[in-house]
Amino acid sequence: MKYIDSQKVKKRMGGRITRNTIAKGLFFFATLIGLFFLAALAYRILTQGIGNLDWEFLTGFTSYDPERAGILAGIVGSMWLMLVTGPVTVVLGVATAIYLEEYAKQGRLTRFIQINLQNLAGVPSIVFGLLGLTIFVYVLNIGEVVLAGGLTMALLVLPVIVVSSQEAIRSVPNSLRQASYAMGATKWQTIRRIVLPAAIPGILTGSILSLSRAIGETAPLLLVGASTAIFTLPSGIFDPYTAMPIQIYSWTQQPNPDFQAVASSGIIVILVFLLLMNSIAVIIRNKFSKRY
Amino acid sequence: MANKNNKNAVFSVENLNLWYGDDQALYDINMDITENEVTAIIGPSGCGKSTYLKTLNRMVELVPIVRTSGQIKYRGSNIFDKSYSVEELRTKVGMVFQQPNPFPKSIYENIVYGPKIHGIKDKETLDHIVEKSLKGAALWEEVKDRLHENAYGLSGGQQQRICIARCLAIEPDVILMDEPTSALDPISTLKVEELVQELKKEYSIVIVTHNMQQAARISDKTAFFLNGELVEYSDTNTLFSTPADKRTEDYITGRFG
Repeated sequence: MKYIDSQKVKKRMGGRITRNTIAKGLFFFATLIGLFFLAALAYRILTQGIGNLDWEFLTGFTSYDPERAGILAGIVGSMWLMLVTGPVTVVLGVATAIYLEEYAKQGRLTRFIQINLQNLAGVPSIVFGLLGLTIFVYVLNIGEVVLAGGLTMALLVLPVIVVSSQEAIRSVPNSLRQASYAMGATKWQTIRRIVLPAAIPGILTGSILSLSRAIGETAPLLLVGASTAIFTLPSGIFDPYTAMPIQIYSWTQQPNPDFQAVASSGIIVILVFLLLMNSIAVIIRNKFSKRY
Repeated sequence: MANKNNKNAVFSVENLNLWYGDDQALYDINMDITENEVTAIIGPSGCGKSTYLKTLNRMVELVPIVRTSGQIKYRGSNIFDKSYSVEELRTKVGMVFQQPNPFPKSIYENIVYGPKIHGIKDKETLDHIVEKSLKGAALWEEVKDRLHENAYGLSGGQQQRICIARCLAIEPDVILMDEPTSALDPISTLKVEELVQELKKEYSIVIVTHNMQQAARISDKTAFFLNGELVEYSDTNTLFSTPADKRTEDYITGRFG
């Protein structure tokens, strides 16, 4: 005898298909809500900010006159911050990831570090701001300068870069490591010649994405003393600075409503930067995607 | 076990036991491996034959929970001695794996990887090594015009011979092969088998195989492993024609495994 009654299956078929259609509709609707707000945001920013966005805006300092306010100090300041944050985090982050993945024994200590790294990646950025303020500005007495801001940002993105580098290193097939060890290579030779070359695209992609998160951060920089109104560009890491999000934030605090448009222009600039960084990450990922 | 034909033993394994954590995988193995011969290791899946092979170049220690007792003497020195470096052992005892595992680099870079690691930088020397190793692996004619192409563009059988050439490039004394043809088609398998015959003139070869016909075709001695024990070890002809142990007979006549 058969266990499945084809008549009953037929009778239920219509209901099953309807439920499938409803489920699809619901999920599409959920997606639509997100898309709607994204579009609304983009529309408002663009219509408000595009009129103000010109060469003068990109090359001028901020001003009490919304017509003349520019974001140059923010752009240059953000770049200086990245010059500090980028190398520090990539070097420290990759080194940590290599240690944890290749050298550390899988024991309680490693698991403890691992869990805390993941927790650190979720700590609110303002907490890192407080930490930076205490350590870099007060204890080490660096002052309210690029170096303090950059190092604070480095603390913020370090856990993220460690975790993403670990994933990249882990994705290198073990068979390649074994082939190298079997020829008498040391661990370090294997890491340098086999593991890192294969992991570098993933490491770079993760690093750029984390840095693009850092470039939009405001709260920690406010704490470690980025200036809101500054009329000189930093010429070194020991100079006072501002950053794009700080500049935008300070414009939104102005009583003159015309500054809202200036802030929108600033947001467009920062979005362009983010898009650029993310596209570089995508290009790297596609160019070097899986060769094994 | 005594040597009948006065050849030297490259490996003398004495009372070798091995555990993965609490599970014992090898029991009291005693076995001499003779130079310039092909020694085949056969047995059903999970009998410890791969584990045993990987113990000979201490690759098995990449699994952190492994413990061993007993001795393995390679050319007279115990490879488990604290002062014996695994790196040095592995330059003498090369290995070819079950799955071809070339590096995602050019054919040329694959071959020179080992020599470079051991400090050879001279371009001309490296060129010679590449030619000699590829010829040794019977691959030179097939790839000499595309040495700088990625090794991943080669067929599975060619990739496996690249791995053999890569192993030859470190000029080893012994070559360990862990089911080197199990991922290959019959023609590539034949090529690798012929190659093994050629290689034993210069190297000592230990080969793990699932395939009894292969063991019978290419080896001088055969060891039969079962449940982590060395059941029988003798000349290949003897083992396959007149096995001494009932379990060996059952296995080679296909009654289990």
